[in-house]
Amino acid sequence: MLLEEKNSLSEEIEKYVNEYGNNRAALMPILQAVQRNHNYVSDFAQQEVARMLDIHPVEVYSVISFYSFLHSKPRGRNIVRLCRTIACDMVGKDAVEKAVTRELGIGFGETTKDGKITLEFTNCLGMCDQGPAMIVNERVFVKLDPEKAINILNEIK
Amino acid sequence: MEVMTEKKIERKGPVLFSPYKRGEGIKAALKLKRNDILFEVKEAGLKGRGGAGFPTSAKWMLTAAAKSDKKYIVCNADEGEPGTFKDRVLLLEYPELVFEGMVIAGYTVGSDQGIVYLRGEYEYMLSSLEDYLKEMKKDNLLGDKILGTDFNFNINIHLGSGAYVCGEETALIESLEGHRGEPRNRPPYPVNTGFMGCPTVVNNVETLSSVPHIITKSGEWFKKHGTDKSTGSKLFSVSGDCNKPGVYELPWGTTIKELLKLVEAKDTKAVQVGGASGVCVPVNQFDRKLGFEDLATGGSIMIFNKKRDMLKVLKNFMEFFVEESCGQCTPCRIGNVKLLEGTEMIEKGTHTFKYINTLKELGKTMQVASKCGLGQSSPNSFISILDNFKEEIFSSGRNGGDKK
Ligand SMILES: Cc1cc2nc3c(=O)[nH]c(=O)nc-3n(C[C@H](O)[C@H](O)[C@H](O)COP(=O)(O)O)c2cc1C
Ligand code: SF4
Ligand code: FES
Repeated sequence: MLLEEKNSLSEEIEKYVNEYGNNRAALMPILQAVQRNHNYVSDFAQQEVARMLDIHPVEVYSVISFYSFLHSKPRGRNIVRLCRTIACDMVGKDAVEKAVTRELGIGFGETTKDGKITLEFTNCLGMCDQGPAMIVNERVFVKLDPEKAINILNEIK
Repeated sequence: MEVMTEKKIERKGPVLFSPYKRGEGIKAALKLKRNDILFEVKEAGLKGRGGAGFPTSAKWMLTAAAKSDKKYIVCNADEGEPGTFKDRVLLLEYPELVFEGMVIAGYTVGSDQGIVYLRGEYEYMLSSLEDYLKEMKKDNLLGDKILGTDFNFNINIHLGSGAYVCGEETALIESLEGHRGEPRNRPPYPVNTGFMGCPTVVNNVETLSSVPHIITKSGEWFKKHGTDKSTGSKLFSVSGDCNKPGVYELPWGTTIKELLKLVEAKDTKAVQVGGASGVCVPVNQFDRKLGFEDLATGGSIMIFNKKRDMLKVLKNFMEFFVEESCGQCTPCRIGNVKLLEGTEMIEKGTHTFKYINTLKELGKTMQVASKCGLGQSSPNSFISILDNFKEEIFSSGRNGGDKK
């Protein structure tokens, strides 16, 4: 990472710390904010958060590793999460899954070469009455079929 | 927002979906003495809607009696149980009930701070909920000196980050404090030692939403619905094989048969009550009643018709638990992996009945030896599906399942 990038990341994190507080309870909102902006929390970001909250970097890492929406490794600019729980499974999740992997040429758990999209599975999204459901970043899409899902992916920048 | 494009449904129901005017619950509550509110909630017989069914008045009384300068009201909006989405409907369409329930709880137990723990998957609701809170502040239903009284109360929304176990109340508190969402040993209970060590009420979205109705319409009125031990109504999240999936408000005591008729389910073979951690009910038990007396549930109802493969359903549930176990205690961490492996053995036809029986025993051990409700209830599906659908699962139709 360039020094300039480091400085701007530090500044960014400092801003979050000022907003959410420099106490332990602010850790999750701070990590969520970093993640929202960068789609992962880098080693350097973890060290900076730890320094500013005065906790050990290992503590920060252990929190990140616990939550399925927090990540310590780089990922795509857009995160697509398809629900794989049974209610969605019963109404056509498999067809959507196959179409999406075919179209993007990657499997679930992978990121497209251009770094645009990361595909993931997720558990029940609370949309079981309108499945199959998926979340793109934080937006929810329901009643998917293969074509609808592909159209949504094509619109992603 | 995609889910909002769905036309707003005209909802009808005896209690939660009965008419309610924004603000009237808080207004009525602030005229009452704290003990009168506790009495009314007790009279109503309201029990927790998050699944465990603990009497709400008892929880509030304990928190009210606890001595502390700071107390918290936490609204559990983690709604992670597969097949559950009724809290989504309450938050999106009835935020007045949820938030006013929190304000009333705060007034009753002597707390000035509410926190909504909103699951990360529901981030799309965040801005509309925050807007709603601002509106409440403008109308002096929130903030300092609410409606001209001496009572102050604020509400913050905290986002989760995708962990089912954080719905467990002590894991939720750990998460709020910035830690891994690992359940704590209990006691001490949150009513004494909760968020930041302060007395804390943790209530489900639906529990809190019942409160404004009880305050404005009386506990007596609430109790008229439902049964003796399960008073009031319940929201059921219905999904799976039926013509009309969605959220239904029904009095407790409704039978599975009645519910299936209402949602137009045909050729039903099985109903999973209570989500992945609930039980699977076969056709010959469809007269059973939904309620704390018989089938207690947080409201997840998943319907399976004759074409469904129950082993596949079971495998989906066990994969869920393997992934969502926090890994803190051995029975749950290892146990769920073993139950999933057993399910896969049946799928491949490499099981022995001796081993499957050993796994059922393991399941019973998990039910008593696990630290929290996740590991205590994850074997429920394994045991009930294998027991109730053994002919189907071990029959010749399945991939060599009959050979062993
Ligand atoms: C693994 C697990 C997950 C849970 N998830 C939720 C949940 O998403 N929402 C909820 O209200 N309660 C959930 N609970 C129950 C809570 O621990 C707690 O009993 C409940 O929030 C209390 O509120 P109530 O008395 O109003 O039901 C969960 C429990 C366990 C063991
Ligand atoms: S039962 Fe499972 S989820 Fe609960 S504390 Fe133990 S390992 Fe964690
Ligand atoms: S099962 Fe997919 S949203 Fe619930």
